[in-house]
Amino acid sequence: MNSVQTAVSQTSPPKKSFLYDPKVRGAFYQVVLVVAIIALFYVAATNAIENLQRAKIASGFGFLNNTAGFDISQTLIQFSAAGGTYGDAFIVGLLNTLIVSAIGIFFTTFLGFLIGIARLSKNWMVAKVAMVYVEVLRNVPLLVQLLFWYIAVLGALPQPRNSLEMGAGFYLNSRGLFMAKPIWASNIGILVAVLLIGLIGTFIYRRWARKQQEQTGRQYPVGKVTLALVLGLPILTWIVLALIGANPISFELPRKGTFNLTGGMQILPEFVALLLGLVTYTAAFIAEVVRAGILAVSKGQTEAAGSLGLTPGQTLRLVVIPQAMRVIIPPLTSQYLNLTKNSSLAVAIGYPDLVQVFMGTVLNQTGQAIEVVVITMGVYLTISLLTSFIMNIYNRRVAIVER
Amino acid sequence: MDPDAVSTEAARNGLTGARLGDNQDPSSHVELLGEHTNMKKALVSIAFGLTASLFATGASAQATLNSVKQKGFLTCGSNTGLAGFGQPDAQGNWTGLDVDLCRAIAAAIFDDPTKVRFIPLAAKDRFTALQSGEVDVLSRNSTATMSRDTQLGLDFPVINYYDGQGFMVRKKLGVSSAKELNGASICTQQGTTTELNLADYFRANNMKYEVVAFATSDETFKAYDAGRCDAFTTDASGLYAERLRASAPDDHIVLPEIISKEPLGPAVRHGDNQWGDIVRWTHNAMLNAEELGVTKANVDQMKTSENPEIKRLLGTEGKFGEAVGLTNDWAVRVIKHVGNYGESFEKNVGEGSRLKIKRGQNALWTKGGLQYGIPVR
Amino acid sequence: MSTAVDMPRFVRARQVEALPPPNLARGPIAWIRENLFSGPFNTILTLVVFYLLYVSVPPLVKFLFIDAVWTGTDRAACRADTGGSESGACWAFIWDKINYFIYGSYTISERWRVNIFFILLAVGVVWLLWLKAPRRDLGAVYFFWVFPVVSYVLLTGGNENFSGRFWLGFAIFGALVIALFAFFAALLKTSMRPALILGGGIVAVIGITLALVDLDFGLAHVPTSLWGGILVTLLVATVGIVVSLPFGIVLALGRRSKLPIVRLASVIFIEFVRGVPLITVLIMANTMLPLFLPGDMTVDRLLRPLIGTALFASAYMAEVVRGGLQAMPKGQYEGAMSLGLNYPQMMSLIILPQALRIVIPGIVNTFIGLFKDTSLVAIVGIFDLVKTIEASRIDPNWAAPTIGITGYAFAALFYFVFCFGMSRYSLGVERRLAAGQKR
Repeated sequence: MNSVQTAVSQTSPPKKSFLYDPKVRGAFYQVVLVVAIIALFYVAATNAIENLQRAKIASGFGFLNNTAGFDISQTLIQFSAAGGTYGDAFIVGLLNTLIVSAIGIFFTTFLGFLIGIARLSKNWMVAKVAMVYVEVLRNVPLLVQLLFWYIAVLGALPQPRNSLEMGAGFYLNSRGLFMAKPIWASNIGILVAVLLIGLIGTFIYRRWARKQQEQTGRQYPVGKVTLALVLGLPILTWIVLALIGANPISFELPRKGTFNLTGGMQILPEFVALLLGLVTYTAAFIAEVVRAGILAVSKGQTEAAGSLGLTPGQTLRLVVIPQAMRVIIPPLTSQYLNLTKNSSLAVAIGYPDLVQVFMGTVLNQTGQAIEVVVITMGVYLTISLLTSFIMNIYNRRVAIVER
Repeated sequence: MDPDAVSTEAARNGLTGARLGDNQDPSSHVELLGEHTNMKKALVSIAFGLTASLFATGASAQATLNSVKQKGFLTCGSNTGLAGFGQPDAQGNWTGLDVDLCRAIAAAIFDDPTKVRFIPLAAKDRFTALQSGEVDVLSRNSTATMSRDTQLGLDFPVINYYDGQGFMVRKKLGVSSAKELNGASICTQQGTTTELNLADYFRANNMKYEVVAFATSDETFKAYDAGRCDAFTTDASGLYAERLRASAPDDHIVLPEIISKEPLGPAVRHGDNQWGDIVRWTHNAMLNAEELGVTKANVDQMKTSENPEIKRLLGTEGKFGEAVGLTNDWAVRVIKHVGNYGESFEKNVGEGSRLKIKRGQNALWTKGGLQYGIPVR
Repeated sequence: MSTAVDMPRFVRARQVEALPPPNLARGPIAWIRENLFSGPFNTILTLVVFYLLYVSVPPLVKFLFIDAVWTGTDRAACRADTGGSESGACWAFIWDKINYFIYGSYTISERWRVNIFFILLAVGVVWLLWLKAPRRDLGAVYFFWVFPVVSYVLLTGGNENFSGRFWLGFAIFGALVIALFAFFAALLKTSMRPALILGGGIVAVIGITLALVDLDFGLAHVPTSLWGGILVTLLVATVGIVVSLPFGIVLALGRRSKLPIVRLASVIFIEFVRGVPLITVLIMANTMLPLFLPGDMTVDRLLRPLIGTALFASAYMAEVVRGGLQAMPKGQYEGAMSLGLNYPQMMSLIILPQALRIVIPGIVNTFIGLFKDTSLVAIVGIFDLVKTIEASRIDPNWAAPTIGITGYAFAALFYFVFCFGMSRYSLGVERRLAAGQKR
């Protein structure tokens, strides 16, 4: 071992030199590192400038105001080839990424918890099936699963002329899922106001019920009242408004056109395939997170809850899950982040997410690779840093509660 | 970890190595390695030198011909797989009209059409690859446009195929004109002029459509074939080529409308005029050969021809080849190894191929087409 | 207990009825009753699961095996209109294309070289992963030096033909390195020999590597544009692990360093890479790398995603290694320091061997992630297994309705076998390590 000898002999001379001062050495190393990094960036930057000039590629972010000239299949905001700019295309892509992530997170949490709890079920069948699900989904690349879902979804769906009519304005064909599109009338504000009143009422009632329970121990039907206030009240208002002839919501039903259904709302098959892939894949990881979290709750807690006479359902709901959440939430958040980042695989199946629209089409049409890559990465980076910032705050709070 | 492995790895992967040197913790067990960063210049030059020689196919912007001669082969950016234009078979043998042009250039330089390395490029990478010098010539059914010529730093010395964008639909839709496509969903490839033309055409005709864009032509066509879209759009030549790959080619028709001008041709870097000349004159030699009746089979007999045009073309009179840095018999080499333009066309995309595309606009000017060989004199 | 009235009334007033005595019966029927039908809820659950299995498993088995087409030379076998079967997987397609899926378009007469690469890789992996293998230190040298160099020569053909100027440059570089080591030894007043040996060793290793790459072994050159299939998938994964492990360790040490700038640089790199999707890193490597290099220099198309994945995996590996470093009790650091070891010695002799050992499961898990992520190189146009399947799907000779699903089933099976195997291994190691901890 050369390094040993070198090092041993390095330490052997007793005479002190300033070279042995750890501070001096540390400063020296850091200066070297800084110089190296600056040199690397300098070399890269000068090369890039030279290359861009030679290739006559424009630079700067001015291109965001140029007319895009292409169309996008799914746009949450108004966007057209004629009027839309590259900046608008960026927003369209970003919104598409966010919406598939948000809906995906909602469903995958549900599925993940279900499977995670199923893995710990006393029912042998349920536990084994959940295990097989987790092992298979976890060990196959998401890209393969997405490609599979895409052709499976496309293959299973009929051509537009033979659209599957599912009733209530729902149609299914290889162009996606079509449904009635709600059209808001001008008096929709009433409905929103009622909904707000319901929400505030629920909040007040819940606080009151909680206080009452703490004082008297009597339990109030919180769930039912919440349902009545949040759902029942607006629906009642709607019915009343409809009866007096001032219906705030009307529906535009999809109709059959030459090629396809027109009107109504359309959910693209790419969106469905991406959502299916992301939800089923991430759920396998969340299931493992949930399982680990539940196992981290000591068995004594379950036994104590049992001895208090709580049913297994109550034990899970009131004792185990709240304690497990402390362990579950940090890795759960990182799974949410993974889902968001993985939604970039949309590029493989033609769903117009941020990467597909911006790093695909816009990058090609403008050739401004550096700006486009910087913006795209910046978006993902912001999302992750923001999430981990919030997570840190949460962790600190949980940690205080613990002590 | 032993430090040797790190340093070896650093050297082997030049680039990664350079980054390793910069990002490492100088106080780690590989501390002595960290000292190298002192001699940043030496290390960088070595690392870059290594990368260059290990992985790069360096080509300077100034003299492409010299670097090609030095390397001993031509690097040619080609399609990832488009029947008739540029496609490798399972053994990696490339064929196609665009491929033949590269082989012709190699034949003109080396008298050997096999001295070409084909680099399959996606639409979105192709110009970067040319600009960065990764390929010497981009022969990949690319449309010549003003912005590409003036803003991307490219030159399109010749047009080797006049094309236009068209549509393909299923027969059973009963559509016979692109004007009937109002409300259709259309599969297209992103990052191409096709995508922009499509938007323009539907806007100009005040029609609605749903675009479904994919990153590669393969994905685009697969989605169309799977029934995702009513119509598939790309250059007309591409439509014929892709139709062959459909699970039932006879179920699809190409609509008569051509909605754009797509002059397809090889591209070279702007600024190297000699290299552009070589590409231009290779193609023109093939055109002139067809016009003068010089074929792969009769090129050797033709050397004795008394026709002054043939004599100049084949280098038995004058020193035209040397003036562009080639030999005077450059055209003989091209025709002997690759054939004239007509032969290449028939073999790859015409009647001799499965595509069966008519000459149409690509016939010689003498036959009513647009292919017009510039005279050698 | 007078305050009991005011306390929450969670205490039951009445005795709950006693549960029946535990079932002591043994045997399959008792087992089934206890595990599947222990109550009405469980019974319903079991029945639901049975129904789900009944709906999903038989059709799957039927599709994959019973109705599957096993032999055939073209699409006729898998199309109903030509007398084939459309209801089952078209394994004949996989069988017909298997060489393409394994080697891509690699020159056929040279494919034995790829086979040797596979064998060398297997030897390296077994050597390192089998905890009882002899001389695992040699195994590390093999896996991180010998194997990459030999593989490089084997797969590309070597014979880089470095110019005399290049060797002159290298000689100067080597001399400079050795001189630098000597200079530092003199400056630090340490003995000269070990410094010279270390410097000379580094130069020798680089020199031997370069010489091997330079030598003409009579192997034909095979350009990377021909490589494909499982070869590329395994190559990306291998390069990923070979680079990311050492690089990840360096980053982890940097993040734990007491030097603020070093720590900051490591943190920025790690958090940046972990915050963005791999596909954006790959696209960046593909489009931006050429821009950052001098104009007359390019990077091989295959090398770009290799650099991208290796950097990406390094950041994740760094976090795994950092976990191991943090798990080391402080006494280990203090003990090492009290023995008079300096930082490199402390790390390489005391801390890292222990820390790396406890994070083997984490490393393997990162590697599983990396292995699955290699499929993303298909999106930037590299012909890995997924891309070769995608390319074969549109081969008109095999145009049939079940081709796509069959191709993906094959890919899924391939990845599953590797990833599941690795996850079992990691579980095994975890259990073994846990057993060691239990006193």
